[in-house]
Amino acid sequence: MTDAAMPKPVSQNRAIWQQFRSHKGAVFGLIVLGLLILFVLIGPLVWVPEKLKVAEAIRLKNQGPSLRFPLGTDQLGRDMLSRMMLAGRISLAVGLVAMLIAIVFGTLIGVVAGYYRRFEGPLMRLTDMFLALPLIPLLLVLVMLFRDRIASVIGPELGAFALIVFAIGITSWMATARIVRGEVLTLKEREYVLAARSIGARPRRIILRHILPNVVSPVMVAATLGVAEAIITESVLSFLGLGFPPDFPTWGRLLFDGLQYMQVYPERVIWPGLAISLTVLSVNYIGDGLRDALDPRIRGR
Amino acid sequence: MLTFTLRRLLLAIPTLLAISLVIFLLVDLAPGSPMSEIPLTVPPDVRQRMIEALGADQPVIVRYVLWLRQFFWVEPATLFDGWFGTTWAEGEQRILSWQSRSPVFTIIGQRLPQTLTVIGTAYLVGILIALPIGIYSAYRQYSLFDQGGTLFAMIGFSVPTFFSGTLFIIIFAVWLGWFPTKYDTQLVVNDWDSFIKQIQQMALPVMTLGLANAAAISRYMRSSMLDNMGMDYVRTARAKGLSERTVVLKHVLRNSLIPVVTVIALGIPAIFGGAIITENLFGVNGIGAALIGAIHANDIPMVQTLAFIFAVLIVLFNLIADVLYGLLDPRIRYD
Amino acid sequence: MKLRTALLGAAAVLAWAPAAFAERGTDGEVKLTFPQAVSIMNPYLSGGTKDIWASSMVLEPMAGIDPDGNLITKLAVEIPTVDNGGVSADMTSITWKLQPGLKWSDGTPVTADDAVFTWQYCTDPAGGCSQATKYEGVASVEAVDPSTIKVTFSGPKPNPYTAFVGALSPVLQKAQFAACLGAAAPTCTDQNNMPIGTGPFKVTGFTVNDTVSMAMNENYRDPAKPAFASAVIKGGGDAESSARAVMETGEFDYAWNTQIPPDSQAAMSAAGKGQFVVAFGTLVERLEMNTTDPSADLPEGERSTAKHPHPILSDIKVRTALSKAIDRSILVEVGYGAGGKPTCNVIPGPEAWASDNEGCIAQDMPGAMALLDEAGWKDSDGDGIRDKDGKKLSILYQTTVNPIRQDFQALIKDWWTELGVEVELKAIDPGVFFGGDPGSPDTFQKFYADVEMYANNSDNPDPETYLGQYQCKNAPTPENGWQGENINRFCDPMYDELHAKLTQTTDVAERQAIAKQLNDMVTKDSMIVVPLVHRGTLSAHSNALGGVAINAWDSELWNVADWFRVK
Repeated sequence: MTDAAMPKPVSQNRAIWQQFRSHKGAVFGLIVLGLLILFVLIGPLVWVPEKLKVAEAIRLKNQGPSLRFPLGTDQLGRDMLSRMMLAGRISLAVGLVAMLIAIVFGTLIGVVAGYYRRFEGPLMRLTDMFLALPLIPLLLVLVMLFRDRIASVIGPELGAFALIVFAIGITSWMATARIVRGEVLTLKEREYVLAARSIGARPRRIILRHILPNVVSPVMVAATLGVAEAIITESVLSFLGLGFPPDFPTWGRLLFDGLQYMQVYPERVIWPGLAISLTVLSVNYIGDGLRDALDPRIRGR
Repeated sequence: MLTFTLRRLLLAIPTLLAISLVIFLLVDLAPGSPMSEIPLTVPPDVRQRMIEALGADQPVIVRYVLWLRQFFWVEPATLFDGWFGTTWAEGEQRILSWQSRSPVFTIIGQRLPQTLTVIGTAYLVGILIALPIGIYSAYRQYSLFDQGGTLFAMIGFSVPTFFSGTLFIIIFAVWLGWFPTKYDTQLVVNDWDSFIKQIQQMALPVMTLGLANAAAISRYMRSSMLDNMGMDYVRTARAKGLSERTVVLKHVLRNSLIPVVTVIALGIPAIFGGAIITENLFGVNGIGAALIGAIHANDIPMVQTLAFIFAVLIVLFNLIADVLYGLLDPRIRYD
Repeated sequence: MKLRTALLGAAAVLAWAPAAFAERGTDGEVKLTFPQAVSIMNPYLSGGTKDIWASSMVLEPMAGIDPDGNLITKLAVEIPTVDNGGVSADMTSITWKLQPGLKWSDGTPVTADDAVFTWQYCTDPAGGCSQATKYEGVASVEAVDPSTIKVTFSGPKPNPYTAFVGALSPVLQKAQFAACLGAAAPTCTDQNNMPIGTGPFKVTGFTVNDTVSMAMNENYRDPAKPAFASAVIKGGGDAESSARAVMETGEFDYAWNTQIPPDSQAAMSAAGKGQFVVAFGTLVERLEMNTTDPSADLPEGERSTAKHPHPILSDIKVRTALSKAIDRSILVEVGYGAGGKPTCNVIPGPEAWASDNEGCIAQDMPGAMALLDEAGWKDSDGDGIRDKDGKKLSILYQTTVNPIRQDFQALIKDWWTELGVEVELKAIDPGVFFGGDPGSPDTFQKFYADVEMYANNSDNPDPETYLGQYQCKNAPTPENGWQGENINRFCDPMYDELHAKLTQTTDVAERQAIAKQLNDMVTKDSMIVVPLVHRGTLSAHSNALGGVAINAWDSELWNVADWFRVK
């Protein structure tokens, strides 16, 4: 009944990968995400915008797409394509890393709280407290206490990145933790878990083999939501002076800056909006594929 | 279950007290001062006197104890006096907002109706859209409907409300002229016309928020349904000859609700916490707008009171979710 | 006979014209929207402009100021001057006479006691009155008789028009506020939210930080005004949404503070429903140069203090070069459009007070480079950044989070980079930047940066107090909890001396000459303050609203009684 009891014809990792590969959406997601990463990493090396003096650039402000400026220019005459590529570096990095932190931390807390009764009370009260803390004062305090200290150790840019990722991670793990805990509460009373326990399997093994694979699907949803949230939250953080210096574009910030020009130059919001949506969509499909691949019932078919 | 609930309720009291202290220290530690919105033309010595008049120069512990007393004694007593004409709270200082010098609970009272009608409706609309989409998407996985639903959900949560809200304003208010952009909080609904007006002015904020809520909830519903769809008990139920309807809506749905209940329970306090950006954008004077305004003005009594009420709701609804787990899956036991 | 009739007819028309033109309460409701909502209707307990403008529809001072900067009467019969005997020859007292028959909106008469009470109310040390500077130097306020108020100063006061002049210091009703003196002031919620006044409107409903509902004041002194029967001020949202509600959807008649990008201004005006109006006061967006060393290597308590002069910016040549590299007209074009003009002055107006200094308007990149070369800053290692004695010409430039300011930062960084200066940018939450919390490193007073940008203005057309900020004693230091207005830590004994002279001088022409000289000392002579843009306040009104006369010297709603519906 449980897959642990069954003989394995092929190695499990291989089977997972085969199942993942056969999932059309997942492959599509992987390709799109790969292209986005190439776009932001290789793009700035290939596409070098011409250096213009301020007075020249100003005359070219708010242009529509053209051969010279494939995505047009912004209100200061800067090339949107190169800004989108630079912005994507930060947004993708922040979105993916912050999401990973939140997911790993949230899952850890959720599993421990759900499985071990004696940790449940304290951990869930901690979760309640983090849910209740007002976000903005928390972030402002983080900036005040840590920005200069971190910056002096690892430099202002890396420092800003570390602080942002930490701030987003620490304020967005709670939902995952509660969802995972809820699932674990019912999973640990299921027959196969009881069976594993009755044959003397250690809690560690039960959690890794029987519980974790079964909480993958809500975690994947949380991950998808988390990427979008992290990219947007980064732009909110920059309003509090917590983000990168103001001359570093990010997708969230481009979107927000473009907002006041939305009526006059709609493409200013379309590009960053599209980039964020594509990222989220690809992460979602990868998550879908991963979930199917990890589910032995589907994999067997 | 009853003893569990009672024990948790009792335990909630020290938890909440601890949370209130943490919030108070956090808000106090945050940089900024109640003078941050006073123009630069007001000189430093006048600012200092204004801070003293607010009592903001008192040590943090003194202010915390004062707040505790006001929150747990003066405010309930005032409410009691209002109902029964007694004079328990006479001469007592209520919790006053630093920014507006009005009692914080008066402000909350002014804002609760908008919060409940607009944000509450948006949440309800979100759930009502999300559940069917989630269930049907899972039932017909990878169908056209599922793909459409996925796209809708992805757009719904990758597009922040500040963007979708502005977009809706431009389309529906500026171009089409169907709905107003600013919410009239003074509108009294007493006849058909004013009711239509109320619906019109609720349309844009409800759409904006509903879209965002529906997107997230539908994804959790779908993924959880998918997990259960392949289970042996579903095969058994089908083999027994139960109708598809019964199998899906009774057996699968019930077993898939746990993560959805968690998400919804996490979301309900957020209704009271308000939808900060949406409220601001449409001029709905809900509690979220009050909280953000108070945070920017460093209005500690207001922030503290709202954040604490929010904490109470979070603890309460998470408890309700835990009780619901037990009802949905009788195997879950808390002893 | 015919001629006589015609003349009579004409006379009749003339006599009736104003009344037919505007009759009280015939034009329905006027709807205003503010991006920041009104928190309180008592200007003495608020400093926020939104609250003061809103309360100016209800509460009135003795005299106001018109758009040209001239005094006009509100409650007073006439403006007291030395010539008409209202101001004593030695400038130590001013006597105001109330108009006869004035009534509060509750029907009770306005008396001199109300003014005396207002003075007591604002000067009570426990009350935390935010307009206390208006009563600074006032020794006593007495009721000579029920309609005469004598304000006595502790010394000669060259500008006696502070107390009871302008929307910042209106007269409160003694009967209503009698129980609200001192420590009780903040607890009088009803009084603070619904003050009884003499203005054209009275408050009928108040929801905190959201809406103020008003009805016309039946007892307003001009029986033909206001034309509107009621008024409502809805707050919240942002400049964009306020402007849109007037200019595009037409939901509102008037929007205050609609500072949006020039392109959007043009697009919204094209909708044809309303127009933007702008008034220029003294608001100047400027760069402040730090004359002290903000280096993080210094021990806390010595950073940005006079102990350590700035290693780069102490040199006037560097400061001048930085100013010369900036093209202010591009800044205006990008950020403000019709709502701004390039300026080189801290005091850009009123005209009679403004220096004719225009030397900074034209950008001079070669001149700037030459100055830096002269100062010894040369690019010796060829990395594009100038250096001197092994130290790089590197600058930290901070401001608040605000889209226009971030555009300015980007542009100025480009110019300075062209000059060979390395620039690091920083944007700070405005609540923290302006909050003045001594615990935060990011306040504008602490100035832990080399250059910072913000806007400031004088709240009086006479800039005496405003110019006083740059005296040595006003520098923020750790000792005074970083509370001080001399942000640059500028210290020039000559300046202090000249400012002291200004406070003693009574002749207006001479005062103006001194003010110009002081302005030049902090701008073109020392380049301590580098003014960029003279900013107007941009508001919008619907084409269906008549009578709007935007005013930078007093409340923007100073003449709301004259507003009418265009039919």
